[in-house]
Amino acid sequence: MGLDIAFWILAVVCVGAALAVVLLRNIFRAALFLVLCFFTVAGIYVALGADFLAGAQVLIYVGAIGVLIIFAIMLTRESRQGSPSGRLRLPALLIGLLFLVTMVFVVVGTDWSVVAEIPTEPTTSAIAQALFSGEEGFVLAFEIAAALILAAIIGAIVLVREK
Amino acid sequence: MNIYLLSPEISLLALALVVILLDLFMDRKWLLGVVSVVGLIVPAAFTVALWGTNQTAFGGALVVDQFSLFFKLFFLVVVALVILSSTDYAHKFAAFRGEYYAILLLATTGMMLMASTRELISIYVALELTGISLYVLTGFLKDDKSSEAGLKYLLLGAVASAVLLYGMALVFGLTGTTHLREIATAISAEGLLSSPALLMGIVLLVAGFGFKIAAVPFQMWVPDVYEGAPTPVTAYLSVASKAAGFAVILRVFYEALGPASLDWGMIFAVIAAITMTVGNVVAIAQSNIKRMLGYSSIAQAGYLMIGLAAASTTGSSALVFFLVCYAFTNLGAFIAIIAISNKIDSDQIADYSGMARRAPLLSLALALCLISLAGIPPTAGFMAKLYIFSAGIDSGLVWLVIIAVINTVIAAYYYLRVVRVIYLGAPLSEERVPSSGALRAALSFACLGVLALGIYPWMVLRIAEVAASMLLP
Repeated sequence: MGLDIAFWILAVVCVGAALAVVLLRNIFRAALFLVLCFFTVAGIYVALGADFLAGAQVLIYVGAIGVLIIFAIMLTRESRQGSPSGRLRLPALLIGLLFLVTMVFVVVGTDWSVVAEIPTEPTTSAIAQALFSGEEGFVLAFEIAAALILAAIIGAIVLVREK
Repeated sequence: MNIYLLSPEISLLALALVVILLDLFMDRKWLLGVVSVVGLIVPAAFTVALWGTNQTAFGGALVVDQFSLFFKLFFLVVVALVILSSTDYAHKFAAFRGEYYAILLLATTGMMLMASTRELISIYVALELTGISLYVLTGFLKDDKSSEAGLKYLLLGAVASAVLLYGMALVFGLTGTTHLREIATAISAEGLLSSPALLMGIVLLVAGFGFKIAAVPFQMWVPDVYEGAPTPVTAYLSVASKAAGFAVILRVFYEALGPASLDWGMIFAVIAAITMTVGNVVAIAQSNIKRMLGYSSIAQAGYLMIGLAAASTTGSSALVFFLVCYAFTNLGAFIAIIAISNKIDSDQIADYSGMARRAPLLSLALALCLISLAGIPPTAGFMAKLYIFSAGIDSGLVWLVIIAVINTVIAAYYYLRVVRVIYLGAPLSEERVPSSGALRAALSFACLGVLALGIYPWMVLRIAEVAASMLLP
């Protein structure tokens, strides 16, 4: 019951913050609302018993990405104004709503298999097992991610350096 | 676990690192291209040596069968041709030659993994490895057009990735597993076929992968990106990236969503019809040859999707064969364009006027490839269309094949228009068009492929059948 209330509060704040990110004209405020949105998502992870995921969400999204975005806004002068209103606002709204309605229909209309109890154990070691145990885990995806980061770093250097 | 199964990817990654390290110490930068091409022999040798194995590793996440090995060899040949044809182009980003080759090789590693993974998370990460490398390569020229193209590709690619992840999340939420074969088992065991979440997951997966293969309505990035990117990268995008997309689609839809093939077969059939029609009709109006080939590649994706719509082993083997023919043809066309536009510094079709007198061999090669794209015998394009159309008819998609045949006629108009300009137009100057030996070698290889596949397709066809038979029907 308590978890239900927590979830609904977090969910409403999260959606509200996400809407504010899109709709606010001042880009700095939009960035701050993005950070709030990241925080509430971390809260939802906590409510689901995913402690490691919540920690990673706070460290990476709130800490690193949020700070990076705010820095980027402060270092670029001309970008104080957020997204200007385009002619495509109305069609975008319509398509967004259509997608929302479809998704609600899909989620409500599907017979999901639900796990009854909330995991109480700390999940860190279970995630480590899933990531790194060679035979059953996701170690291949982990290794590919290493190559992905290498490509991203080389790419960033190439694009940023003078010709 | 057998690490040898991963040897083609590991050796290719090592080659990329070697190229970067050599870049630090070597003054003669042109050698980097040589190292890259010669070094490709190692992963190619590993791939050939593995031919015939059918094993999995990493708990089923990696699968090494003839399907994945076929595509690995395919990507290695394509990247070798692209690197060879880059030698005439690399002076435009002379300071970053090493990085250029390294990122090309990293993108190829990602594509090889895309063809070889059988688990949604690994597939997604491999897809992103390819994607990030390609975004960087698109913006490599760092002029206005190239940067704009890179940014557009990045933004739209990110949206497509999000859509794809949403689809994967729905499929995972429904079946409780990310392994493709287990997804198929769960779908048929628990009677999930009529579930709206599965249908939505399929739609989102089609949208996400559709971006990679540039199917309508997910094609809006193609003209700008193809025009702005360095021409060798455009060639690479139009051939390898598209093939990797089709490899993943075949793997995911045949192995994981095979039980629902009635649903997605219909979706692909409709998208195929729209894609080929839009691609061809818009291509007619283009005056820039890179944009024209961009729209033409959209149309070709439409023909390729007939193989998906057929949802049969005949369909998938015809698709694989079509991909090989299309690769040789499109690479040949782009390599010829690299040489010509290097000299005249323009991509306008009007500036190609009378090119046959200034560069007889290059023009002949370009004309051959355009004829093959149009699907006129005795070229590879004709055989490819023949097989994919007959696969469509086998699966009862007569209406789709009729639309495709009408499209082929429309397409012949704009391909042959370029041939006419090259051969019958008045030359704008008398200067000859120079080209390097590496480029000429790559171009002759591509043209030989076009002719060989048009006259004697049986060997490649049989290999394509073996590769396709690895997938569940």
